[in-house]
Amino acid sequence: MSENDLRVGVFVCECGRNIAGSLDCQAVSDYAATLPNVTCSVVNKYTCAEPGQQEIKKYIKEHNLNRVVVASCSPRMHEPTFRNCVQEAGLNPYLMEMTNIREHCSWAHLDDYDGATSKAKDMVRMSVARARLLEEQIESKVPMKKEVLVIGGGVAGIQSALDLADAGYQVNLVEKEASIGGLMATLDKTYPTMDCSI
Amino acid sequence: MMDVGRHPNINLYTYSEVEDVSGYIGNFKVKVRRKARYVDEDLCNACGECEKVCPVAVADEFQQGFSSRKAIYMPFPQAVPSVYILNDGDCLGNNPIACGKCADVCEKECIDFDMKDEIIELDVGAVIVATGMDVYDPTEMDEYGYTQYENVITSMEFERLISAGGPTEGHFIRPTDHKVPKRIAFIQCVGSRSHSEVGNPYCSNICCMNTVKDSLLLKDHYPDTEISVFYMDIRAFGKGFEDLYIRSKKAGVQYIRGLPGEIFEDPKTNDLKLIVEDTVANTVKDYDFDLVVLSVGVIPRRDSSAVQKLLTLSKTEDGFFMESHPKLKPVDAPTGGVFFAGCAEFPKDVKDSVTQASAAAARSEVLLNSDMINIEAITSECYTDLCTSCGICVNVCPFNAIRGADAKAGLKAEVIEAMCKGCGTCAAECNFDALAMKHFEDSQYISQIDASLEKNPMDTITVFACNWCSYAGADLAGLSRLQYPTTQRIIRTMCSGRVDSEFVLHAFEKGAPIVLVSGCHFADCHYIDANRWTQKRVEKLWDKLERLGIRPERLQLEWISAAEGQKWARTMKELEEMRKEVTKEEVEQTMKVLKEDREKAEAKKAKKKSKTVIPKTDKPDIGISPSA
Repeated sequence: MSENDLRVGVFVCECGRNIAGSLDCQAVSDYAATLPNVTCSVVNKYTCAEPGQQEIKKYIKEHNLNRVVVASCSPRMHEPTFRNCVQEAGLNPYLMEMTNIREHCSWAHLDDYDGATSKAKDMVRMSVARARLLEEQIESKVPMKKEVLVIGGGVAGIQSALDLADAGYQVNLVEKEASIGGLMATLDKTYPTMDCSI
Repeated sequence: MMDVGRHPNINLYTYSEVEDVSGYIGNFKVKVRRKARYVDEDLCNACGECEKVCPVAVADEFQQGFSSRKAIYMPFPQAVPSVYILNDGDCLGNNPIACGKCADVCEKECIDFDMKDEIIELDVGAVIVATGMDVYDPTEMDEYGYTQYENVITSMEFERLISAGGPTEGHFIRPTDHKVPKRIAFIQCVGSRSHSEVGNPYCSNICCMNTVKDSLLLKDHYPDTEISVFYMDIRAFGKGFEDLYIRSKKAGVQYIRGLPGEIFEDPKTNDLKLIVEDTVANTVKDYDFDLVVLSVGVIPRRDSSAVQKLLTLSKTEDGFFMESHPKLKPVDAPTGGVFFAGCAEFPKDVKDSVTQASAAAARSEVLLNSDMINIEAITSECYTDLCTSCGICVNVCPFNAIRGADAKAGLKAEVIEAMCKGCGTCAAECNFDALAMKHFEDSQYISQIDASLEKNPMDTITVFACNWCSYAGADLAGLSRLQYPTTQRIIRTMCSGRVDSEFVLHAFEKGAPIVLVSGCHFADCHYIDANRWTQKRVEKLWDKLERLGIRPERLQLEWISAAEGQKWARTMKELEEMRKEVTKEEVEQTMKVLKEDREKAEAKKAKKKSKTVIPKTDKPDIGISPSA
């Protein structure tokens, strides 16, 4: 794909007041619109919510976007959400890039509105630069083994093992001590039922 | 417990330890060591004849040392499996002179002194970590006299003394004179909610209600007992908890807000005197008791680091295992296909442990229900035309996912995709750009660096943060609303091992005053030990910078874990102070020196290449120059 064919859409999330309370989302979005290959740039109240996702899908279709930048929260939380979202709109999920203007910006600079706004603009610029170079990726599929390992035979390990075994899966329960039961087995009675622990 | 023992779908391995885990979500290969218990599990029918003849008596751990057990013993009457075990450390040995009595009396001939440890290999799709907790040891809190006075006991010891299955068959007596104590004190928060040098800062969650329960058991067995509970706050927050607390108060249990400063023993009677500041009545009073119970808190398992390493898990500051997200993914570990149940993640009572255990089972089923699962396409690939078979990549890969690369045999490096976890160390270490990380390519990083330094580079700190620890630490700093200057620009790498020397030099050449490379602490690295290569690389860079007359301190290396939001914020402030000291002249000089150095190296490379045929890369040309 040549540079001229790149069509980047930028979606700036307000996250209610979480982001919009500490920086100027509209200014960030307006700035994003001036960056190379950015076809459209919009502000959403909650990008992760259904209306926000619908908007991303709508823009992908209407503007024929082939790269998406979401400026919102941590990709550690919502990268799967937005990857799914762009995929549903027909885009390869790896053509979506996030930048974290909430945890790393608005929440870290609550009293510096201009500083946070300016930082968010830089962050979006960095993301657009990266997005322009993103390539489609194909995920490989691997078979799922139908067995489970449970480490620890206390009350929690016992419950997990029984649930999975009852659901029909083969469970391997490994306990360090000579008997299962864990700390619970040493208790006389347990609250709130005041009955025997074993 | 019994259900586990007889469930057709459960293979129960007791007296066993997970020794090795390799592979990845959906396809873990596990090695379990079944330690020799010297009693055949299938043959033993728990008749108990062996125990009768065993001449050895040692303290019984299950009974908190209040009674003894033999060298061959049943852990406790309801043990599952209901099988004896021979402790080889306690046993005198199968020697006609020494002993061997148990083997002589065992009709089933199930005692085998030559039994060896056995290694079992398992293939599993998911792992549930339910490794539990340990109990706080109050010996370090000497003001409560646990090491000095026999009549000061822990809540765990209380459990055995009140239990019908305990050493006194539920006849509750105090250790010194074996009489039923009439006046009993409970001291709360022993080892919990402590901000001094001893104990832990967190609330252990279960001790308040455990004491409420214990007080009711005592009142039930011995209605005339005078019971006082000394506390900071009573946290009766769960369903049905407040009812129990009220029941305890109605039964006559005194709840006194204040913790004892010290405990003294009367040497004649072994009674105990507590000096307590009652923070409600605002008085300091002495109280006399026959027995004191320390309501001890919960701590992470002392051996939890072993499991942490096997599954590349992280821990929060309190030492418990860290979940994927504290609110939205409280059951998932950051490692795909691994889930938490019970106290491994944080102290829980039985109900909460059972709840999380069922959640962990359900989360596992989400995976187990699929025949195939997708693996994130973040893996390394080799451009064989650029590969010189030098073998560095094979050497640095923490997962042995690269093979070949043998110049003599004419083999190029080959990445085994299913084994590659995507740390990118190979791509950073390859001197010939032959290895590339899908989705985290050199050109993409260079473009981010350029964009970050495009405006006001003097006011910009370039920060490389690894996804699992440092980036997450920055997330936590934000979640905790920790404030720091706005100057740093974060570039996310999956692992700090991905940070190529070129990235750092490029940032300096583009005018960065300060560069930070941050990653997981050594024990926390999600790619086994890829961050050791980060350290080596940064050390080499420091040398190079020094050689070129550039202050090495302008390149910083910090290990910041996902739990260290505070450290992240502090580091950002420190970097800002460093940045302010860097002058424009210094940066311009750096840019000049690095440009010359790079051009010299490129000229040398071009000269070398002109002698050979220049291989053409099969990288897709997308028509954009990565370097602006």
